[in-house]
Amino acid sequence: MLSIVETIWRVFTHAFRKRVTVLYPEEKPYLAPRYRGRIILSRDPDGGERCVACYLCAVVCPVDCIALHATEDEHGRRYPEFFRINFSRCIFCGFCEDACPTYAIQLTPDFEMSEFNRQNMVYEKEHLLISGPGKYPGYNFWNVSGVAIGGKDKGQAENEGRPVDVRSLLP
Amino acid sequence: MTSPYPIASILGILFASLTIAAGLIWLERRLLALWQDRYGPNRVGPFGLAQVIADAIKIFFKQDWVAPFADKPVFIIAPAIILVTVLLSFAVVPFAPGIVVSDPNIALLFFLGMSSLGAYSVVLAGWSSNNKYALLGSLRAAAQLLSYEVFMGLSVMGVVMLAGSFQLSEIVHAQRGLWFVVPQFLGFILFLIAGVAETRRLPFDLPEAESELVAGFHSEYSGMKFGMFFVGEYLGVTLISAMITVLFFGGWLGPVLPPVVWFLLKMFFFISFFILLRASLPRPRFDQLMSWAWKLLLPLALLNLIVTGAVVLLLA
Amino acid sequence: MAKVYVDNRAFEMNEKQNLLHGCLSLGFDLPYFCWHPAMGSVGACRQCAVKQYKDENDTKGSIVMACMTPASEGTRISIRDPEAVEFRAAIIEGLMLNHPHDCPVCDEGGECHLQDMTVMTGHNYRRYRFEKRTFRNQYLGPFVNHEMNRCIQCYRCVRFYREYAGGEDLNVFSLRNTAFFGRGNDGVLESEFAGNLVEVCPTGVFTDATLKRHYTRKWDLQMAPSICVHCGLGCNVTAGERYGMLRRIVNRYHKEINGYFLCDRGRYGYEFANSDRRIRQPLLAGEPVAPEAACESLKAAVSAGHVIGIGSPRASLESNFALRTLVGEENFYAGIQDDQHGVLSLIVDVLRSRPAQVVSLAGVEASDAVLVLGEDVTNTAPRMALSLRQSVRQKPNRVAEQLRIPLWLDHAVREAVQGDKGPLFIATPAPTRLDNTATRTWRAAPDDIARLGFAVAHVLDPDAPDAPGLGESEQALAGEIAAALRDARRPLVVAGSSLNSTALVQAAANIAKAIDAAGGRAGIVFTVPEPNSMGLTLMNPKPLREALAREAGTVIVLENDLYRRAPAATVDRFLRRAENAVALDHLLNRTVEQAGLVLPAATYAEGDGTFVNNELRAQRFFRVLAPVDNIRDSWRWLATSWSALDEVVVAIGESMPELQQIREAAPSAAFRIAGEKIARAPARCSGRTAMLANIDVSEPKPPEDPDSALAFSMEGAGKQPPPSLLPYFWSPGWNSIQSVNKYQEEIAGPLRGGPAGVRLIEDSDRTAARYFGPAPDAFHPRKGEWLLVPLYHIFGSDELSRHASAVRELSANAYLALSPDDSAELEIADGGELIIEDFRAPVKIAAGMARGMVGVPAGIPPFDGLRLPMWSRLSKP
Repeated sequence: MLSIVETIWRVFTHAFRKRVTVLYPEEKPYLAPRYRGRIILSRDPDGGERCVACYLCAVVCPVDCIALHATEDEHGRRYPEFFRINFSRCIFCGFCEDACPTYAIQLTPDFEMSEFNRQNMVYEKEHLLISGPGKYPGYNFWNVSGVAIGGKDKGQAENEGRPVDVRSLLP
Repeated sequence: MTSPYPIASILGILFASLTIAAGLIWLERRLLALWQDRYGPNRVGPFGLAQVIADAIKIFFKQDWVAPFADKPVFIIAPAIILVTVLLSFAVVPFAPGIVVSDPNIALLFFLGMSSLGAYSVVLAGWSSNNKYALLGSLRAAAQLLSYEVFMGLSVMGVVMLAGSFQLSEIVHAQRGLWFVVPQFLGFILFLIAGVAETRRLPFDLPEAESELVAGFHSEYSGMKFGMFFVGEYLGVTLISAMITVLFFGGWLGPVLPPVVWFLLKMFFFISFFILLRASLPRPRFDQLMSWAWKLLLPLALLNLIVTGAVVLLLA
Repeated sequence: MAKVYVDNRAFEMNEKQNLLHGCLSLGFDLPYFCWHPAMGSVGACRQCAVKQYKDENDTKGSIVMACMTPASEGTRISIRDPEAVEFRAAIIEGLMLNHPHDCPVCDEGGECHLQDMTVMTGHNYRRYRFEKRTFRNQYLGPFVNHEMNRCIQCYRCVRFYREYAGGEDLNVFSLRNTAFFGRGNDGVLESEFAGNLVEVCPTGVFTDATLKRHYTRKWDLQMAPSICVHCGLGCNVTAGERYGMLRRIVNRYHKEINGYFLCDRGRYGYEFANSDRRIRQPLLAGEPVAPEAACESLKAAVSAGHVIGIGSPRASLESNFALRTLVGEENFYAGIQDDQHGVLSLIVDVLRSRPAQVVSLAGVEASDAVLVLGEDVTNTAPRMALSLRQSVRQKPNRVAEQLRIPLWLDHAVREAVQGDKGPLFIATPAPTRLDNTATRTWRAAPDDIARLGFAVAHVLDPDAPDAPGLGESEQALAGEIAAALRDARRPLVVAGSSLNSTALVQAAANIAKAIDAAGGRAGIVFTVPEPNSMGLTLMNPKPLREALAREAGTVIVLENDLYRRAPAATVDRFLRRAENAVALDHLLNRTVEQAGLVLPAATYAEGDGTFVNNELRAQRFFRVLAPVDNIRDSWRWLATSWSALDEVVVAIGESMPELQQIREAAPSAAFRIAGEKIARAPARCSGRTAMLANIDVSEPKPPEDPDSALAFSMEGAGKQPPPSLLPYFWSPGWNSIQSVNKYQEEIAGPLRGGPAGVRLIEDSDRTAARYFGPAPDAFHPRKGEWLLVPLYHIFGSDELSRHASAVRELSANAYLALSPDDSAELEIADGGELIIEDFRAPVKIAAGMARGMVGVPAGIPPFDGLRLPMWSRLSKP
């Protein structure tokens, strides 16, 4: 019985405490670099698109809000022909960033993306692609992959030997 | 002590009570926020006061939807009943000398009667929704309202004995020397608890119990029909606060300030207390709720009645 | 069955098999690479190591390879033994040393056996930090992509390509720890079964080059069970769709038909469905119209009277039946070249009278003496050629049996057999790709081949009519063939419709009956050209020539290019004479161009229906694409009262009792598993809320499918559906096509859940067949005239796959094949031009071709309308 009265009293005393609410538009909170906000696609240190259209972000997405389609340039470098995120479905869980093997897809500390028209929440590749490497400078997937692309031949990736001359295998 | 301008009183009280009930939405949100170290609505208008207007506009423009599986006439009538019974109760509340619609000599009985009728609203709403959560909510409401009504009536009988009248203005006049809260402290506590239960306010909102029954008896209600339950609930809070003021805290009596201001001050104090209860207390289990009513509160009310009766007899 | 203890629990295993086969059959997850259910064990990869114990008192045990150890009675093994587990993890770490960091850009990713096995063994961290070995890739043609860095040296590719499929140009070049799998030089893989490397390779060395052009992961493909439309064998395939486009075809295991392998035409011919020549809207006088207007127009044309309907061997039974119902039985004609129609009708008669067991491809594979009469099987029914290549192993394998070498011990068996081949006799007008496997080949004109057949039958059973006047060498050959067939346990006769010769079919039937009469157990199989050739013939349509001779008010041509069925002048006259010409088809062709009203017909990718294959097995195919544009099933365009496939199927059964059983080809649309439809898309299918968001951010409702128990959704029954409704193979931990293991009653056995498709004839109720006769007259070359015989091409002869871009790249061009002697007589060199029937084409000198004949590529413009075989004159330009 007394504990009820005590509870009421304690709650009442909160009337004289400092309020924790941050009055947002006037006062902006600090967002850590790893904050999970608007999704972007980054670029290699040399400026190429990082995304290799592996579909891992799409498959890991719990709300299936990422759709893309792979294509290749004439030298075998794979990239997305289109890359679409429906932000009206996105729950900003960051699984896509976790799944991305090339650090291409990254979440940023920006959440101010409200729209009056829902259709404007659909972002295409041109809206997503930024011009830098984002949080992970220096990484280039193609330097560790065994696939040859324009400007990187077989055997030129990290820890790769020179391509075997098949003639040397003949008796 | 009826009003010299009955029409003006009726319209005035109707308008005032509805305005207060609507304003309570804002007040409750602000107060809850205050006790939870937040701000509450603070964007629309000064201090967020226009939030009420925004909410009202929104609720008026919502789709007036009746579930296809509901019992349509009953479904529509149910929210009206609560509003009508509570508003009728306000007819007998003496806010100040001259500010009362009607002051019959059975005013307190009228209040108790109307309060009982209000239970139908909840029961019918739940039943006509044809939804298991709504039905469970209304079953709880029926049991809860019935149980708490019993000792609600008994708890105020001490006041009636002391005042010697069911007429509310007489009861206020009888408190000129001493507010009844002093001799009838136990009666006051019992009435307060019963009042919370009758208005289905937290911690006694088991008929609604959104954590287990979706929204209880009004699960299927939306738009202005839901709004009527909402307003009905706030009117109930206002009414119970007004009755506490009248029965135990000397109504409009007080020095210096005009009588109606005293009344409103006392009334808002109890409204705020209701909100504080909501902010601080968790909801009991339903079996706990029932066993308190019948095993603890009812015997206490009877005890209070016997003791008061004995004292009155002795003093007489 | 043998009792085998696995981790101290007793199980029943097939004692004729190895432990890996047994463990996988029981559902254990035991990793493997080099073993393949169709190719046996070689023990190359050391991945399926288990601990074997001598008896219950043996606690030490020793590590053995499950694939190399027979499942003999009382064997005790442990899969979970820590030492075995560690051994397997170490092996895969070794295999992965040089494997590149490619998964994100590798087409195998998501359906990679190597990924699955790596996860299964728990090797999840790479310790190797040194240099990786690299290779340069080769160009292997338009079908198969090569990425050699990814190889783990399991040797499956060369074992399949060289030993199973008989290819010679893919090889392994190895020295020390470096093995290169590829060709001597860049170039198109020669084998017609090279596409199977995509499924045989456990990782991404060989991947589907057509899929690469529109790459989609397996988990994103909406898939449906389908039937291949590129020949008459009815191979089961799985079609995959994404973004409204047919993405690829993979094998759908069917024990009796295609087993684990497909031919390249079946695998890569699918792209015709994405062709830019597709008709996507109804066309009225060349202008697109709304479907309602098109229907009105069709109704008006039909009500005008004098309607002729021409059915199609590449349209489903349902579509043909809808046409037959619309125009009436008496106005329903076969859209097949007349001679071929005669042959097909005869084949149906022979199959009905059942002179011998009608075998499916699994039966072909199990045969131990085969006579091929007139068919270039590799090019007319390619998958059968792969089965025939296995049949020649049957007889020599008895040597291994005598030596008590189990047949699954592949290289030991091959060592014992020493390249010996069983009897396979091939009699065709021109050399075939199977010649290098054959015991004896014989090149002759169609009639002479038939005469040889008659002679063989006569040798086997003197009651059979003889072919009088046969030369000595032919007589000796007939005797040799007859002896081989008589001595065989399971002799087989292969014939077909490709040479449009009824005599060949008669000869084949006679031989089969004669073997029976001689006490043998004969098998017979016919090849037919199109997926529903048999189905259309079973409907007893009237011959095409009668239609072409008729005056008609309205002509409705169902999924057919009449210019491929009859001479152009005749078709022109026929179509111009008609007041209304209506064509339903997939692709623009000459017939469609002549039609006033064109209705876009669904291919096997957009429609549902039933095909009857060469052995009279009715099989259902299901749409994989949701409705796009205004493409509809032909039967839906033509339907008078039906609104769903099942109604048509029932109506067919009521109208034609012989076809009543097609109802059992697959469960009806009302079929449910635990109240749910079967999902076409895998549960992980991605992008549902974004793929159409560029059009409208509000997702549309998934399309309904009234015709089948399959849903256009990723949500559906979790239980394994019956084989005829199996949209894809997948099992937890088994993402590659090897997950078929989990769907079989026993490894390489039938799929669980009943049969897929239904045989319309039963072998049990064999009736007495009579001998056909007499034999045709011998072929005599004529002076100045030449017998034009059709020569088939796996890539090019088929009407639809010609329009698939990869197949088109390899399609043959027009030519005229002459024997060296004939070309010398005509004084024309290889490449010189000749004119035949107003068409000019370069000459190809074909060594081994019989004299007096000119080989004409079948189905390849401009020769696709010729009525072959025919006599014609040659002239020089």
